Amino acid sequence: MKTILFLFLLSYGFAVSAQYEIPPIPKDQTSLYDYYNLLNPSQKKALENKLVRYSDSTSTQIVIAIIASTEGEYINYLGAQWAEQWGIGQEKEDNGILILLARDDRQIGINTGRGIEPYLTDALSKRIINRDIIPYFKKNDYYGGLDRGTDAIFEVLSGTYKGTRKASNEGSPIGFIFILILFIIIIIALSKSKGGGGSGGRRRRSGGLLEAIILSNMGRGSYSSGSGGFGSGGGFGGGFGGGSFGGGGASGGW
Amino acid sequence: MKKWLPLIIAVIVIFGIYRWAVGFNNTAVEYEANAKTAWSNVESAYQRRNDLIGNLVKTVQGAADFERSTLTEVIEARSKATSVNIDANNLTPESISAFQNAQSGLSGALSKLLVSVERYPELKANQNFLELQSQLEGTENRINVERNRYNEAVNTYDIHTTKFPGTLLAGIFGFEEMPRYKADPGSEKAPDVDFNFD
Repeated sequence: MKTILFLFLLSYGFAVSAQYEIPPIPKDQTSLYDYYNLLNPSQKKALENKLVRYSDSTSTQIVIAIIASTEGEYINYLGAQWAEQWGIGQEKEDNGILILLARDDRQIGINTGRGIEPYLTDALSKRIINRDIIPYFKKNDYYGGLDRGTDAIFEVLSGTYKGTRKASNEGSPIGFIFILILFIIIIIALSKSKGGGGSGGRRRRSGGLLEAIILSNMGRGSYSSGSGGFGSGGGFGGGFGGGSFGGGGASGGW
Repeated sequence: MKKWLPLIIAVIVIFGIYRWAVGFNNTAVEYEANAKTAWSNVESAYQRRNDLIGNLVKTVQGAADFERSTLTEVIEARSKATSVNIDANNLTPESISAFQNAQSGLSGALSKLLVSVERYPELKANQNFLELQSQLEGTENRINVERNRYNEAVNTYDIHTTKFPGTLLAGIFGFEEMPRYKADPGSEKAPDVDFNFD
């Protein structure tokens, strides 16, 4: 009886559609959807809080979705439809990013919103996947890969990403000016949150920003130790903003 | 009073028809505009690919003593593809299929090029080439996404203008059926290019 039921379900599934069905827009809109239960609760929380904090300070929404399989669809095609349907990122800026991880396909795709494309280009997305994410995934450290990968995205979007191979533009005046501007922005951000008589939660949040930027400048991995446990969480402020996706990004397997 | 009743009814009916026609027309105009925007996104995705191919050809030429015939084929197909453009106001099945032919000619030449790159290890290790390749991969995805969105927009428009009773008004207002972008003829036979040879 059970096998018959199973076969029936199987054939039913195939008959209706061989594609992955994009889940409806969730009620509480946050930064991490682990449909596979790949990460443990504390890792989930750390990653989610980190991305929510990033969105709080930059309005750029980065969402990670972990699924079993894309059911044969090209991961970035699915990702673009998915992210468009959910409307990740702000409507005017189109500054959303969807990182789609298909565990059983052993594929990961970074989908960039239309407003992100000029900064996080396809080639850079590919580079992040190959250099920052996949090495961890090969060791079955999914949290490490996603943590490092999102740090690399932060670096790109703040203009501080430097390829490890090309060292030619190191120490150029433009880079220096950029860092200087960044520092001024950080100082302004810090003084503002203090001026507001910040509650504990607030101070922590700006600390998180500072920490994220400084540590991501310093390099690999170390951020994870500082991010566990605190932060308000609770998802994105106003939910997904209606950002649009045109299919930009890259994917890779391991 | 009784004398006026038919007149009042007639006025109400005419007003009702008028409102319906205005509503139909405005919705159709909106759907049509959406479909045209979607089309221009399709074209700009293709344009993006053309630009990338230009860079790709230069990189390939510069990095290796590459076989001439494959390169010429790509260059010719590219110039042919750039010469075929469609005005969004003139979307007909013929113009779309001409556009599509030119683009799929370029796709074919491009996949040939990428396959023959397999024989040039120094090119495969070239950083510039690798970056262009991932940009191309993303652009192919963009093309698919935009084509799909265009077809969805056309679908909404076509349903609106061909369903009864809207179809009666569509004829009067001159809303013609818009063509869809069909799957490339022979695309199922296109050589399978593995972009991830690393």
